[in-house]
Amino acid sequence: MQQNQETALDIRGLRTEFKVGGRWYPAVRDLSLDVAENETLAIVGESGSGKSVTALSILRLLPQAGARIGAGEVLFEGRDLTKLSEREMSSVRGNSIAMIFQEPMTSLNPTMTVGEQIAEAITIHRGASQADAMAEALRLLKEVKIPSADSRLHDYPHQFSGGMRQRVMIAMALACRPKVLLADEPTTALDVTIQAQVLMQLDELKEAYGMSVVFITHNLGVVAQIADRVAVMYAGEVVELATVDALFANPAHPYTVALLRTMPRADRATESLEPIPGSVPPVTAMPEGCAYASRCPLKQPSCEDKRPELLPFDGPGHQVRCPVRLEQTRG
Amino acid sequence: MGAAVSSSPARPGGLWLAFSKNRLSWVGLALLAIIIIVAIFAPLIAPYDPLEQNIVARLEPPSAEFLLGTDSYGRDVLSRLIYGTRISLTVGFIAILIAMTIGSMIGILAGYVGGVFDQIVMGLLDVMLSFPTLLLGLMIAAMLGASLENLIIAIAITEIAPFARIARAPTISLKQRDFVEAGRALGFGPVRIMGVHILPNMISDVVVMSSLWMASAIRTEASLSFIGLGVPPPTPTWGSMIREGFENILDAWWLAVFPSLAILLTVLALNLLGDALRDAIDPKLRAE
Repeated sequence: MQQNQETALDIRGLRTEFKVGGRWYPAVRDLSLDVAENETLAIVGESGSGKSVTALSILRLLPQAGARIGAGEVLFEGRDLTKLSEREMSSVRGNSIAMIFQEPMTSLNPTMTVGEQIAEAITIHRGASQADAMAEALRLLKEVKIPSADSRLHDYPHQFSGGMRQRVMIAMALACRPKVLLADEPTTALDVTIQAQVLMQLDELKEAYGMSVVFITHNLGVVAQIADRVAVMYAGEVVELATVDALFANPAHPYTVALLRTMPRADRATESLEPIPGSVPPVTAMPEGCAYASRCPLKQPSCEDKRPELLPFDGPGHQVRCPVRLEQTRG
Repeated sequence: MGAAVSSSPARPGGLWLAFSKNRLSWVGLALLAIIIIVAIFAPLIAPYDPLEQNIVARLEPPSAEFLLGTDSYGRDVLSRLIYGTRISLTVGFIAILIAMTIGSMIGILAGYVGGVFDQIVMGLLDVMLSFPTLLLGLMIAAMLGASLENLIIAIAITEIAPFARIARAPTISLKQRDFVEAGRALGFGPVRIMGVHILPNMISDVVVMSSLWMASAIRTEASLSFIGLGVPPPTPTWGSMIREGFENILDAWWLAVFPSLAILLTVLALNLLGDALRDAIDPKLRAE
């Protein structure tokens, strides 16, 4: 269904490297992903899988020292974002590609009213007057359903709760009507009921604004609720790419299977939760072959020789980076 | 400094509460208020013209007619002291304002840009800091020549380095905060991030320290005037009054003692105020 639509953001062969002890090590390797217009792509993975680094690479917000984009391109509106000057990049950030962060409690400036903070991006990117921008800020506050928005407009962040602050952050991100919204674990710091409200609202706003959303999370429950397609990341690479239905019904990669077993479900006893043994290999000691081999129950001797490629699995658009599983389905 | 930044600068009410609980802060505030009133209404308060010489009444000791006595030209010491307040406060205030503005800009820039630039800038400021304030002020004042403007410039330059240091430390911790990162993600340029997102979050640290440094500026002004590099005579300044008194210290003790007391009280007021403000923004001290 999404295949027919225009591609909003196209990441090709992205490689993001960090400097450790004088050498560059890749934290994201050969990452190719595309997001269609009006699509929500979830990127799932455990800590250190490179999902946040991917989002920061798209907007080139990596720390200036000790991090670089080693290879690849990020195509957006016919331009390669990795080649833009810093000034050109500034006119993309917050304007046509916006980002929401994980920590609503600390992501707002304590010395400015929320209205001023929402209006700020509008005055900069749209050249609006302060009065027009404040009027737009009020409209946005109402849109993200802040109660009595008229009076709250002039309140400071410390007068808001965590869920309210995350809504303010969303309003800030939406201020310039971005084409693409990068949401880096926007609901992780919120409690479960607020989390559900914010997710529902993000979904409504996506429809209303016609945005593409890249939703980064480690929570598969959230993925099921919001995503159209899912990319599962492990040790800096995509190990499986599928529609959300295919991923939950027919997970292909052993890591995805294991990840699904770690998720509590209402229809199963909690005793059946299985942790994944071992941990992600550090970037400084990536194995030659499959990065997941050391934790994998399906491991074959050949797995440690050569890095597997991301190849089509049985459904449309379903891809997996595991030769053993591909062999099993074919044979 | 880091602790001061992480406290919430957006709650001036809490700051005022902590400040007003401290009894010494009220003493400082009251003293400073009196000194400022004296400076503003000098022509109304002073019993005589500070420049008017009276050959008949030379070196008169304190009496009902001349409350604090007269100097070797027969000028009224009290009137000169009152007018001197204007010079001391003006020099101290303007010099600190200049030093605070330039120093904060340097400090924020060095802290935000970081790396080699930061090291070079802070290295140069360390060189400035290694000179005693008075010596540095003396060199600059001697180079520029004695006048009110040059005195202010000289004192301002000597106080830039401490302000840059005070501004740099919170900048380094603030630039890693999430809202600065969020600002970059919204496409804000470095100038806007420094001016709108970092400066307002650290300005209280700088302003608080400025009252302590203003005391130091007033001391430097008096010292430079004492050695003749301050405002040229016959304009009354506390420093030059002490120097004139110093020559007659055995015959006319009042000439040196009263201006010294005036400096002591002003510096004391500013220090009490500065200490109280500094304690009030420190959340650890506030809790006690």
